[in-house]
Amino acid sequence: MTDITEIQENASRSQWWDVWDQFKSHRGALIGAGFFLIIVFGVTFGPWLWTIDPTYIDIRARNQGPSFAHPFGTDQLGRDTLARMIKGGQTSMSVGLVAMALALFLGTFIGVVAGFFKKLDGPLMRLTDLFLALPLLPLLLVMVMLFRDTLSSIFGPEMGIFVLMVTAIGITSWMPTARIVRGDVLAIKEREFVLAARSIGTSNQKMIMRHILPNVLSPIMVSATLGIANAIITESALSFLGLGFPPDFPTWGRLLFDSVDYLQQYPERVMWPGLAISFTVLAVNYVGDGLRDALDPRIRGR
Amino acid sequence: MSDPNLIKTDKLSVEFNIGGSIFNKKTLKAVDGISIDIPKGSFFGVVGESGSGKTTLGRALLNAVPISSGHATYDDGEVQYDLAEINGPELKDYRKRAQLIFQDPYAALSPRMTVRDIIAEPLEVMGLTKTREETDARVREIAEKCRLNLEHLRRFPHAFSGGQRQRISIARALVSGPQFIVADESVAALDVSIQADILNLLKSIQEEMGLTFMFISHDLSVVAHTCDHVAVMYLGRIVESAPTRQLFENARHPYTKALFSAIPSLDPDDRGKAQKLEGEIPSPTNQPSGCKFHTRCPFVTDICKREEPPLETCEEGHAVSCHRWKELQLNDVA
Repeated sequence: MTDITEIQENASRSQWWDVWDQFKSHRGALIGAGFFLIIVFGVTFGPWLWTIDPTYIDIRARNQGPSFAHPFGTDQLGRDTLARMIKGGQTSMSVGLVAMALALFLGTFIGVVAGFFKKLDGPLMRLTDLFLALPLLPLLLVMVMLFRDTLSSIFGPEMGIFVLMVTAIGITSWMPTARIVRGDVLAIKEREFVLAARSIGTSNQKMIMRHILPNVLSPIMVSATLGIANAIITESALSFLGLGFPPDFPTWGRLLFDSVDYLQQYPERVMWPGLAISFTVLAVNYVGDGLRDALDPRIRGR
Repeated sequence: MSDPNLIKTDKLSVEFNIGGSIFNKKTLKAVDGISIDIPKGSFFGVVGESGSGKTTLGRALLNAVPISSGHATYDDGEVQYDLAEINGPELKDYRKRAQLIFQDPYAALSPRMTVRDIIAEPLEVMGLTKTREETDARVREIAEKCRLNLEHLRRFPHAFSGGQRQRISIARALVSGPQFIVADESVAALDVSIQADILNLLKSIQEEMGLTFMFISHDLSVVAHTCDHVAVMYLGRIVESAPTRQLFENARHPYTKALFSAIPSLDPDDRGKAQKLEGEIPSPTNQPSGCKFHTRCPFVTDICKREEPPLETCEEGHAVSCHRWKELQLNDVA
C-alpha cells in the first residue's frame, strides 16, 4: 500500500497529464495550438526580426508585388505589407483576446447568476434579450462618438481607442454565452450531486465555484473560441467603418478593407490579412475543441 | 441515554404550493400528519408505491424540504434539535449528524471531481479537518470501510460501475461521522447481485458504527432483508407500522396485504395469487375523503368513505390504520 500523500501528489499531477494526453490525441487541436503559438510569437517578436517601420512611406516603391525586399509586397503608399501585418496582428490579437475575455466573464457571470438564483433569472434574461435586440453597429457608433475623446485624453490616443474597442466589443457580445451558460446551469442545478452538496451546507459561492462552473466548462470553452473570432471580425468591421483605430494605425481588419479598393489590380493584398484572420480563427476553434474534450473526464481516455 | 428514539415526529406534514390564485391556494400534501419514532441504532424501513411521500418524508427529516406543520425532533443523547425550527449554527451541526444517500448513483456524483475530492468535500465544507493530511487520512479510513480501493480515489466517477458509485456515495455520507442516515431508494438503480452487496455493506456499517438508518424503498424483499421495523406509507400517511418479522407474518392492512401478495414467488408451482389493486394511487392534490385507501380497497364500506381511520395499536409495536382490521383478520383465519 502506497503512502496516501504520495497518491495525492500523484493524483493532482496525473490529472493535468491526463488532460495533456487527451489534448495531444486530438490532432486538429495540436496543429491549431501550434499555429496559434506561431502567430502569437510572430506578432510579438516580429518587429525585431523584420525591422522595416510599418509607417515608413516609400512612395517610389508603391504597389509592388512580393519580392525579397518586400515579401508580402507594398501598399499604395509604398509601406511594407509584412511589417504592417505584424503590427496589425498585435492589435487584432490583443483586441480579440481581451474582448473575448471580457465577454466571457460577463456572459458566464450573468449566465451563472441567472441560472442559479431563481429571482434574478427573469430580470437578467430580459436584460440579455434587450442587449440582443439592440442594433449593434448604431450602438457602437454612439459609444465611439461619446467616449472616444474622453478615453483618449485619459489613456492616450492608442490605448484609449483600444480600451474603447475592447469594452464595446465585450459588452455587445456576451449574450450568447450568458444564454448557453444559464441553460446548462439550470440543468445541473437539479442534479442530485448539487443537492448532496447543499445537504452538507455548501455555501452558494462554493457551490458555484466547485460544482456548477466545472460542469459548464464545455459550453464556455466553445463560446470562448468563437468569441475570439467574433471579436477580431467585429474589430475589422469597425475599423472599416472608420469607427475603430485611426486610419494610419494598422490592424488586420483595416488592412483588409484598405486593400478592397485595389481588389482588381492587386488581389494578393486582400489575401494576406484575410488568411491571417481565417487561420487564427480556425486555429483557435480547433484549440477550443480539443480543450473541451480534454477537460471532460468522461471523454478523456476514450 | 435519556430517550431510546433518535428521531421522533408528531403529526409531521409537508405541503407544496402548486399555484392557484391568492384566494384559492392549491397545495399538495406530500406528507400528511405522520407520527413515527425511529429508535436509535435501528434500521427503519419506509415502503410504499411511487408518490406515497416516502422521499419527501426522508428529506423533511434532513431539513432538505421545509416542514409545513407538526414537529420532528432529533435527539442523539448529545444534542437535541427541533427540526421544524432549526437554523443557523444548529442546522450546520445537524448537517454533520444527518446525511442522505441518493437513489441514482449516476446523478449523485459530480463528474468533474475526483473520488477523493467528492469524499473529502463534506470535511472541507464543514471544516471538520484542519490540514490536508488529516483530510486524506479520514478519506482513506472511510474509503476502506466502504471497500473502496485507494487506487480508486484519484479517478473520476465515470470510471466506476453503479455499485462502486453507490459505495462512493455511501462513503461521502459517512465521512462527516453522522448518527442518522436516510437511504433514499439507495439500491433501486442497481443490479440484484449488487443490491445485496450494498445492503450488506450498509448493514455492516450500521452495526459497526452504531448508526440509525431510515431506509426508503419500494422493494419489499429488500426491506425484509435489512430492516428491523417497517412503516408502510400510502398517500402521505402511514397505514401500517410494525417490526419487520411481524409485518411479514401478520399484515393487517389491506394495502399491505396487497403489496405482499405482489412479491413474486420463486416457487414455479405457485400459480400466483397476486391480489390486483384496481386503478392508480389517487392524486395528492385531490385526495379522497375518509380513508385514503378506500378508492382501491376491496373491503370498502360506508364508514371508510366518511371517516379517516386512526392509527391504532393492535399489538406491541404494531400499529394499523384501518376501520375493519379486526373483522378482516377474523375473515383471514376463517
